[in-house]
Amino acid sequence: MNHRTVAACTAAALAAAVLTGCGSSGDDSAASGPAELTYWAWAPGMDKVVALWNEENPDVKVVVKKQASGDDLVTKTITAAKAGEAPDLVQAEYQALPTLVGNDVLADISGEVAGAEKEFAPGVWQQVTLGGDAVYALPQDSGPMMFYYRHDLFEEYGLTVPTTWEEFADTARALKEKAPEKDLTTFSSNDAGLFAGLAQQAGARWWTTEGRKWKVAIDDAATRKVADFWGSLVREGAIDNQPMYTPAWNKALNTGKQIAWVSAVWAPGTLTTAAPDTRGKWAMAPLPQWEKGANATGSWGGSTTAVTGDSEHKEAAARFATWLNTDPEALAALVRESGVYPAAKAAQSGGALSRAPEFFPNQPDFYEQAAEIAQGTAPAAWGPNVNVAYSTFKDAFSKAAKNRSGFDSALRTMHEATVADLRKQGFGVAE
Amino acid sequence: MTAASTAPAPAPAPATARAPRRTALLPTAALLLGALYCLLPVAWVVVASTKSGRELFSTFTFLPGTGFAENLADLSAYRDGVYWQWMANSALYAGLGALLSTAVSALAGYALAVYRFRGREAVFNVLLTGVLMPPVILAVPQYLLLAEVNLTDTHLSVLLPSVLSPYGVYLARIYASAAVPADVVEAGRTDGSGEWRIFRSLALPMMLPGLVTVFLFQFVAIWNNFLLPYIMLGDDEKFPVTLGLFTLLQQGSSTPALYTLVIAGALLAVLPLIALFLVVQRFWSLDLLSGAVKS
Repeated sequence: MNHRTVAACTAAALAAAVLTGCGSSGDDSAASGPAELTYWAWAPGMDKVVALWNEENPDVKVVVKKQASGDDLVTKTITAAKAGEAPDLVQAEYQALPTLVGNDVLADISGEVAGAEKEFAPGVWQQVTLGGDAVYALPQDSGPMMFYYRHDLFEEYGLTVPTTWEEFADTARALKEKAPEKDLTTFSSNDAGLFAGLAQQAGARWWTTEGRKWKVAIDDAATRKVADFWGSLVREGAIDNQPMYTPAWNKALNTGKQIAWVSAVWAPGTLTTAAPDTRGKWAMAPLPQWEKGANATGSWGGSTTAVTGDSEHKEAAARFATWLNTDPEALAALVRESGVYPAAKAAQSGGALSRAPEFFPNQPDFYEQAAEIAQGTAPAAWGPNVNVAYSTFKDAFSKAAKNRSGFDSALRTMHEATVADLRKQGFGVAE
Repeated sequence: MTAASTAPAPAPAPATARAPRRTALLPTAALLLGALYCLLPVAWVVVASTKSGRELFSTFTFLPGTGFAENLADLSAYRDGVYWQWMANSALYAGLGALLSTAVSALAGYALAVYRFRGREAVFNVLLTGVLMPPVILAVPQYLLLAEVNLTDTHLSVLLPSVLSPYGVYLARIYASAAVPADVVEAGRTDGSGEWRIFRSLALPMMLPGLVTVFLFQFVAIWNNFLLPYIMLGDDEKFPVTLGLFTLLQQGSSTPALYTLVIAGALLAVLPLIALFLVVQRFWSLDLLSGAVKS
C-alpha cells in the first residue's frame, strides 16, 4: 500500500463522514414535512402491507426495517431507547411487553386507540394493558394452541384422537406398545413458550401484581400439574425427550417417527418445511383438556404493534397501529402477505382465512375450527423478566428431560431463579 | 536439498532423511484429523446448499441434492435481491474497514516501534489492555457514544469502531521492530529524507507482510462480526450478510426459518474470504526476503 492509497482512503472516509453526518441530521429536522415513521418488524411481507397504508396516507409515511425476531430484538430495542434512538413502532411479542414497559420504552396510547378494545378477545386485550388502564400496544397475531396428529397413522395403529390429557397419555402408551420405535410426540425443553402455553391452559398465571409488588407463581398447582404430567411421560419413556426445531425433529416428523405435535394455529407453515412429504396426512383437533368437555387452550407465539416513547409522532403511529390491526383491508393483507393468524376477532374466519392451509387439504374447515378453539384462549400473565424464566426453563428442563428424572426440581429452579432476578432488578416481590 | 541432489549422495543422508519421515507420522495424523474437523462443516455447507427444502432434512446428510440452482435463484429473488445488498455492505465494511484499520495500525505500530518518546510504554500498555478486551463488551458503549453524535444506523457506525484495532497496532509494532532495523531509518535520515518519506519508501515495504496479516485479520473479523452491526444498525438495507442471514432464520414463531436460503447464503458468504486468502497468501512468502540489512 503506498502513500497515495492511504491518502485516498483517508479522504474517502472523511468525505463519507461529512456526507452521512449531513444526511442523518437532515432526517431529524424533517419533522415539519410529512411524518416519517420507522417500524421495526420481523413478519415477512410486512413492507407490502405497509405499502397499502402509505398509498392512502401520504402525510404519514411508514418505513419498515425488517428485524430478526426473538429476545435479542427486545434487548436491542431497549438499548436503542436508552440512547433515544428507538424506532417509532416496534413489533413485540406479548411476553416482551412488561419488559419493554419496565424499561420505559413504550408509550401509553390508551387515548389514541379508544374503541379498539372491542375488536379483540378479552384474554388477548388484557395482555396489552398489563391489567391496568394504560394500553401499550395493539394485538397483531395470536397463536391459540391445538393438537396436530397424523390421521393416517392414527388409523393404522387404531388410535383415537385424545380429548383429555389422560387420554393423551394412554394414546402415547398405546402407540409405544404397538410400535416401540415410534413416539406420539416429544417434550421439548427448548421451547419455553410451549410450556408456558400449556400451563396457561391449566390455569396458571405466572406473574401477577399485588399492590405495587410482583407476585410470581411459576411453581403453582396448575403448572405443577402440567410439569408432573409431561415429566412422568418422559420418565417412563412414553414420549421422546429431544428438543423441537432441530433437523432430527424435522426428520422424525417427516418420516412419521413422531406422529403428533402439540402446537399452535401456525403449525401448517412449520410442517410445510419441516415435514414436506406429509402433505394432507395431518389433521388438527382441539388441545386435550384437563376437564372433560371443557374448551380451554393456551397460546404459543403471537405479537403486537407497539408505539415507543421516543416517537415524535405518537398520535400518527397509534393511528397506523390501529389501522394495521383492525382495518379489514390491512388484516386481509397481513394474512395474505405475512401469513399471520390475526388477533382481531372479525378476521379470524372468512375472508382470507376461508380456505384451509395449503398443507391441510383434507380439513377444509380448518380455520372455522381454529376460531372456535381460539375463543377458549386462557388469559396470560407476563412479567418483566420472562426472558430469565425462559432461559432457566431451557437449562433446568433440558437437564431433567435428558436424565428422564421428572420435572419437580426443574420447575422449582425456574421459579426461584425468576424471583431472585426480580429482586435483583429492584422490584418488590410479594411472597 | 538442492546440493544433495547434484552431488553424489553421502552415506548418512538417507538415514537422516528417513528418520524425520518416521517421526512425522503422528503429527501428520493429528493435523489431518484437525483438517477433517475444520473442513467437515464446510463440506456439510457445500452439500446442504445443493439440497432443496424437501431434501434438506430427509435425505442422507452428505448426499448431494438437486436444488442448488433453485436455492440460488430463490436467494437472489428474496425481497428483490436484498441478499446482494448485504454482500455489498459486508464488502464495504470489511474492505474499507480493514484498509483503514491497516493504515492506522501501520502508522501507529511504526511510531511505537521506531520513535522513543515519553509515555510510549504507557500507550503501548493501554493498547495491550485493548487487545485483552473482547470487542463484544465495547459494542454497547460504542453505540451509546455514536448515538450522541447521531451516527447510529449509518454505514459509518459500523466502520468507525472497526478502524482502530488494538491487536492490529500491536502486531504492526512487533512486526516493525523486527523488520525495520534502526540502521535503515538512520541511513535514511543521514541521506536527508524526511520522516514521512522514510516511513513510506523504506519502512512500509519492509512491513508489508505484517500489514497483509493485519489486513486479513481485520477483514475476517469485520466480515464475521455480528454483534456490533446488530446493535448499530436498524435499517436492513445497511445490514452486513451475517445480520441479513439472521433475519432469515428468525422470522417469528409463526413463520418457519428459511433454512435452504440461509445455507446457500452462508456458502456464498464464505467464498470471498477463501478467495481473499488465496490471493493475498503470496505476500506472506516475502517475509524473509524483504530485509535490507545483513545481520
